Amino acid sequence: MDPFEPAIIAFVCNWCTYTAADLAGTSRLSYPKNIRLIRVMCTGMVDPQYVIKAFLEGADGVLISGCHPGDCHYINGNYKARRRVKLLKEILPRFGIDSRRLRLTWIGASDGIQFAGIMGDLVAQTRELGPALPDLKMVI
Amino acid sequence: MTQAIHIDIKNEDWLSGIRSFFTTVMEKAGIDAILIPTRLSVKNRIMPTLVSDPARLAEADPLSPAFPVNGAQQLAKLTRLPAGGKMAAVLRPCEIRAFNELVKLNQGKRDDVVIFGVDCPGALSNSDFRTFADQHETPDAATRAFCAAAFSSDPIHENLTLTSACRSCDHPTPDGADIAVALFGTDSTKGLTARAHTEMGETVLTGLDLPPAEAVPPQQKTVIAAMLKQRKQYRKQMFTAVEDATGSIHGLSTYLADCVNCYNCRVACPVCYCTTCVFTTDTFCHEPFQYLQWARRKGGVKMPTDTLFFHLTRMAHISTACVGCGQCTNACPNDIPLSDLFSFVAHHTQGAFGYGAGLDLSQQQPMCGFEKEEYGEVVGLN
Ligand code: SF4
Ligand code: SF4
Ligand code: FES
Repeated sequence: MDPFEPAIIAFVCNWCTYTAADLAGTSRLSYPKNIRLIRVMCTGMVDPQYVIKAFLEGADGVLISGCHPGDCHYINGNYKARRRVKLLKEILPRFGIDSRRLRLTWIGASDGIQFAGIMGDLVAQTRELGPALPDLKMVI
Repeated sequence: MTQAIHIDIKNEDWLSGIRSFFTTVMEKAGIDAILIPTRLSVKNRIMPTLVSDPARLAEADPLSPAFPVNGAQQLAKLTRLPAGGKMAAVLRPCEIRAFNELVKLNQGKRDDVVIFGVDCPGALSNSDFRTFADQHETPDAATRAFCAAAFSSDPIHENLTLTSACRSCDHPTPDGADIAVALFGTDSTKGLTARAHTEMGETVLTGLDLPPAEAVPPQQKTVIAAMLKQRKQYRKQMFTAVEDATGSIHGLSTYLADCVNCYNCRVACPVCYCTTCVFTTDTFCHEPFQYLQWARRKGGVKMPTDTLFFHLTRMAHISTACVGCGQCTNACPNDIPLSDLFSFVAHHTQGAFGYGAGLDLSQQQPMCGFEKEEYGEVVGLN
């Protein structure tokens, strides 16, 4: 049997983590293809419902990643994102979605190497956890 | 300034005593209109009613177990802009808490309204209330029978099927009111006490010219403590039952399996305040090919879709503001015990942020602020 390949949805902010992903690409660094990047203007615009929808559609992990504290281009979007992640980590695990499946990281625009490394670690961790929802028929 | 006044009660008739108290309030405190649970002129059904003619208070009934809607939503409609008159409102404790949440969200204001709260022994669901009301000769008789049972030494009376939200409510006294009328542990042959909790409340009481309150009945504390003990026990059991039933997505789907996406629970929820909920926008007006694609990918897709998505989103959006009023359960046409679930989630989300919905007007809502240094544990891959 093929090893389990997790699907990970990553909401990345335009100004930092997306730019880092771009840098990783132009630097010809590779990272696992399990990550599906969704570019958002700021982590502060990631409504908790985006994360919920991703899990209910079968994502095995969700990453929100943006600028380091103090560097958000909209001043404080990443602080708001941090509270929302805290909130989701209180809700989702009660219904069987392991807290480790939702991650928040700060990856700056020049952190191309870190970006590739973190994506590799994230995929490895999520692979360990196995599929989030073994059967999507459970989702009504 | 008067802190507390005595409400005269004759023949153990609380209802008449309360009505004449509010009549005095309207006449002496310059209140133009009061929002108060009142009987419809056509039937023994009770709705919050904005009463401007004190004579109409003869039909007011703030002691009835009817709880058709959470009055906080109605009071927000009356206070979001200046109304051009002085208003008062009589609310249950959970309605006051919900209103406080709405005030924090700029949906209403407390400045121009005097809020009266009455000790709340609990309420019946709409369908149970209809059955209960229709069993009695007169509407007054129904309310008196309810009070006799609810304020007896065994507050959760066998014959009263109070809602699970009420049985599990651990804030049954109207601490957030401007003026609170105490009923728990009161000797029904004696009068009642109305106590001011705010400056506005003191000003109003001072102008009423009513005798000062008598001493607090000695049994009041023990009655409240005993009730809270019972409620907390029920609450614990309720949470355990929800936890056992919903520990997985499969469990949560099973819990919500009867849902038909009517969104009545959202409409009835006092703190779900968005005028346009995302679930009723075009975002959810999917293209037909989208449904087909889902069906193909999953082998089949239940319609209406997005049931779990709706409820989980509502938990994320409003559980930190949930006051446990039970109106979501009351509104559900398919008898889903929603408030058990939402109170359970609210208990944990509010706990995580050290927040208590509606309890303290000065406490910022968790999703309306942030600190620069906090919750480091949710950042990173560890
Ligand atoms: S979720 Fe239910 S119990 Fe909580 S405030 Fe809304 S209607 Fe009341
Ligand atoms: S009221 Fe009941 S059926 Fe309607 S959306 Fe809410 S849970 Fe579903
Ligand atoms: S712009 Fe990057 S997190 Fe706000």
